[in-house]
Amino acid sequence: MNQNKQPGMSLIVQTVARWLKGFIFLYGVYIIFYGHLSPGGGFAGGVIVASTFVLLTLAFGKERSLGKLGKLLASELDSLGALMFLLIAVLGIAWGRIFFLNFIEKAVPTGNFKLFSAGIIPLCNVAIGIKVAASLFMIFIILAVIRVQEVKGRRRLVTTEKRRKE
Amino acid sequence: MVEIIISVFLVFMVIGALIALETTDLLSSVISIGAVGFALSICFLLVGAPDIAITQMVVEVLSLVILIRATIRHDLTTIDGDRDFFGLMATLALIFALLLLGLPAFLSLPPFGTPAMSQMMESPARHYLSGGLRETGAANIVASVILDYRAYDTLGEATVLFTSILGALAILRVYSRKKKS
Amino acid sequence: MIYAMCFILFLIGLYGATCKKNIVKIILGLVVMEYAVNLFLVLQGWRKNGQAPILDGRTNLEEFAARAVDPVPQALVLTSIVIGLGILSLMVAIAIRLYERYGTFDVTEMKRLKG
Repeated sequence: MNQNKQPGMSLIVQTVARWLKGFIFLYGVYIIFYGHLSPGGGFAGGVIVASTFVLLTLAFGKERSLGKLGKLLASELDSLGALMFLLIAVLGIAWGRIFFLNFIEKAVPTGNFKLFSAGIIPLCNVAIGIKVAASLFMIFIILAVIRVQEVKGRRRLVTTEKRRKE
Repeated sequence: MVEIIISVFLVFMVIGALIALETTDLLSSVISIGAVGFALSICFLLVGAPDIAITQMVVEVLSLVILIRATIRHDLTTIDGDRDFFGLMATLALIFALLLLGLPAFLSLPPFGTPAMSQMMESPARHYLSGGLRETGAANIVASVILDYRAYDTLGEATVLFTSILGALAILRVYSRKKKS
Repeated sequence: MIYAMCFILFLIGLYGATCKKNIVKIILGLVVMEYAVNLFLVLQGWRKNGQAPILDGRTNLEEFAARAVDPVPQALVLTSIVIGLGILSLMVAIAIRLYERYGTFDVTEMKRLKG
């Protein structure tokens, strides 16, 4: 699709994407961090953060977006989110012998309806958000770089990504 | 009032789903599915579920991008029509029988607006609503359910998401292993 | 009444998944079925004149517990939606692999070409 000289979409799309990417990312982070006080949470915020990178990929072509968040880094972030979630759960065992114990003291020191008021729930939201964002971006980039082409009379799956030297 | 609005949106969703399944152009069918998904998001917002409305909306956008990006490019030849006549008729008869058998069950449910927790004295939902703020400190009761009371569900969800992404990566692997032996 | 319409939407998805030849249409039929099930589960929790299960600092707790909608189906559906996206990407990956193998999205063609 993007075989011409300038990868990505037209100048208008690129300019608007350049302005909006920070705001979309910030909104996703806000949704993640305030998930226990207002509608949202790790799932919705993670998908919004992933859609920032999807917008970058669609507007500027995949090289630039992969430069910002590579596939290897995305898979590492995916594992990091899952491990962070499990670590929080296991800390509950270490604290009070219950898996997923909410071991941080609630509503201290600021009282309810504040950012630090819900024990482990914001931490879990951050872990889930990192995991969902990384995995959805990874699946998008995989589906975007792969296409079916005719090679020597047979259809082959080819990738347009440059292979890294190992 | 809410019932009437949701009924209108449901009729819209039924029509959109039929158009999506019956049209011959793949791009327009994918876009019709997008319309159905956004109507679903509005329905969630109307029944007091803003969390799910946000999630459904962004997931819908992302799934539309995935569908368009991955499937439309390959095959623009239209494959219309159904399977052979006898099999189609048998399947339609089966679906119709399922409709006739299932409708009485759905009509015998308690009327719209009376959740199951309002008919039981002791239900977990009541406990979550009345004690959620004190026990977990989260003002959003849904967040306290998915990450504190029922965090096992979320752990299983993370596992399923991880496994499905892993499966997709394994299916779309391009580089074959170097032939050593 | 509304529940019956959810069931009809589910059956439309079932029709798409069983009667269509194009594999993308089959995927879309499965997506429609998932929508119908999610909507049915969330509609189960609605209470007449209810409010969203999110507290703010002003409402009384007893009044809130008497008015808010059921949070449990919402929690279940919230995880199910994100899983649906993962499953959708898995199905699209399988469809691309099948296209690479057979050169078509037609299911009956694939059956004939299996050989």
